[in-house]
Amino acid sequence: MAQLSMRDAVNQALHQEMARDSRVIVLGEDVSGGAGGTSNEREASGGIFGVTKGLLPRFGAERVIDTPISESAIVGAAAGAALAGLRPVAEIMFADFVGVCMDQIYNQIAKFRYMFGGKSACPVVIRTAMGAGMNMGAQHSQTIYALLTAIPGLKIVVPSNAHDAKGLMIQAIRDDDPVVFFEHKALYPRKMEVPEDPYTIAFGEANLVREGDAATVVALGRMVTFAEKALDALAKEGIYCDLIDPRTTSPLDEETILESVENTGRLVVVDESPPRCSVAADIAAIVASRGFESLRAPVGLVTAPHAPIPFSPALERAWVPGPQAIEAAVRKVLGG
Amino acid sequence: MTTSTDRVASHPEPSEAGVDLKSSQLRDVYRQMKTIREFEERLHVEIATGEIPGFTHLYAGQEAVAVGVCTPLTDSDYIVSTHRGHGHCIAKGCDVGGMMKEIYGRRDGLCKGKGGSMHIADVDKGMLGANAIVGAGPPLAVGAGIACKLRGAGRVSVAFGGDGSCNQGTVFEAMNLAVVLQAPVIFVFENNGYSEHTGASYAVGSKDIAARSRGFGMPAETVDGSDFFAVHAAMLRSVARAREGGGPSAIEAITTRFYGHFEGDPQRYRAKDEVARQRDTMDCLKRFREKGVVSSTELDAIDTEVLKLIEECVAAAKAAPLPAVSDLTTDVYLSY
Repeated sequence: MAQLSMRDAVNQALHQEMARDSRVIVLGEDVSGGAGGTSNEREASGGIFGVTKGLLPRFGAERVIDTPISESAIVGAAAGAALAGLRPVAEIMFADFVGVCMDQIYNQIAKFRYMFGGKSACPVVIRTAMGAGMNMGAQHSQTIYALLTAIPGLKIVVPSNAHDAKGLMIQAIRDDDPVVFFEHKALYPRKMEVPEDPYTIAFGEANLVREGDAATVVALGRMVTFAEKALDALAKEGIYCDLIDPRTTSPLDEETILESVENTGRLVVVDESPPRCSVAADIAAIVASRGFESLRAPVGLVTAPHAPIPFSPALERAWVPGPQAIEAAVRKVLGG
Repeated sequence: MTTSTDRVASHPEPSEAGVDLKSSQLRDVYRQMKTIREFEERLHVEIATGEIPGFTHLYAGQEAVAVGVCTPLTDSDYIVSTHRGHGHCIAKGCDVGGMMKEIYGRRDGLCKGKGGSMHIADVDKGMLGANAIVGAGPPLAVGAGIACKLRGAGRVSVAFGGDGSCNQGTVFEAMNLAVVLQAPVIFVFENNGYSEHTGASYAVGSKDIAARSRGFGMPAETVDGSDFFAVHAAMLRSVARAREGGGPSAIEAITTRFYGHFEGDPQRYRAKDEVARQRDTMDCLKRFREKGVVSSTELDAIDTEVLKLIEECVAAAKAAPLPAVSDLTTDVYLSY
């Protein structure tokens, strides 16, 4: 089985789905790049992170559409094309830019099916790169999946590794509902074994990454890798925890989390975002309201501070929740 | 100061193309305009009784635009509408009884009572929804245009908007993207003189929406929006261009609304005699009769049939069952 980076795993999913289904199109700024340049080199970028490489030469400019920097038009065009029968994959280069096309996402795409009485589908995928850790500053580093998780009508995917990213992307493209797919920039180069043949991973089914009775740790995206580091350290002392990666925040696999907490009695949630109205706070509220009897300690929340993401590496390192904070939070719920 | 009407008056384009329509088509044109008029006149009366919930924006006065634009279209072509959408729906072939039930919030409404006046849609008819966000529609129309272009069947997509939406950045993005992609999209700006309670002569900085559209790199013309034949002739030119791969174009139709922004609007921004004067000089139904292309006897007969239809629609809507509370959470997703 080939070792693929998450970047290449998503790229492979796009290639395979575009080959399988002629209704799939890709649009966004620089998804190929080079149009209108003086070098005459098309596919000058293949996506700013290289995720859409090779699509233009293989599928042509009618289906791989470079757009101006016009996020509302990108997402709106994807929505209109979906209503008209295509299955567009729109790229919003950085998740932070969702701010300039929010109306199209939360008033349009999310609500069409409901407002139209169930007589339409809007099978759009919005791919976007998220996450801190690359010194990109306050407007190119946020995760913001919590904002969209709160909106009925959207499905929200937050993969933590290359294998899941491929299966979840293929599911997203085949799914008849609108999906926002958050790709953590720091995970793009991370390699693992990824099957060549297409496969899907169902939404709303968490991955039990590790098993243990001491506590339940729930983590998303890049935080899964940090939680694994923290659990490695604890394992050396004989402390073993369940590590749950929900993979999708909407739908959320509440049952897997509740069943684990029923067994362990202790919960730590790790989330790369500020704490208020976060997915961490949401999961804590679900467990408090539906699994309170199981809890033997207050829920531990490992989040960023309630502050924008700073530029200086010295400050940004302190903003991002890290393995040590996770380890400390587990020790705390264990009463240590 | 040059007024919008001056620009139309100075437009040399003859408005005779519509007289090429067969007499049965001309009767249909009048029937549609009359249906829209009586639909709205009746809503004006019924809304005053308090029986119809919510916000309603009436289209009376603008009928020649909707019908002139939609007459050259088929069910395979797409339109995207606005908050003032009843006329567009009727002109695109939506079921009038289903619309009335929708506006009354009934279970059997076109959108099961979940959309209401501002969200009527019928995707099978190519009607991609009225839209309560001013300026949100044009990006959707570009997306539908991308789908039309990809399918290569000469389909076109129309974005209805007004003098209000012409100032939204989303519309600029959509117009530019349509030109960049040479998408078969027709931007129709119904300049009814007011964006809500503010005059177009104030809010449209350049005064001339067609000229602004030309600035994006597409042909555009200004037409008398109370003259069906003028709108239709311009639309025939735009549709032919788009179907033949000539890309987008724009039409600014100078028109008026006979009622306020919404029902209940006291319209203190309008001179006391303005509407009476416009009903006298800018009534598209009168103008159509004066053209003499269909006999008054035939038009009178259509009037009687339309009034009967509207009466039946209102009676049926009032008698129709309300949605069940169990419908509240259906149609949010196809699968979740």
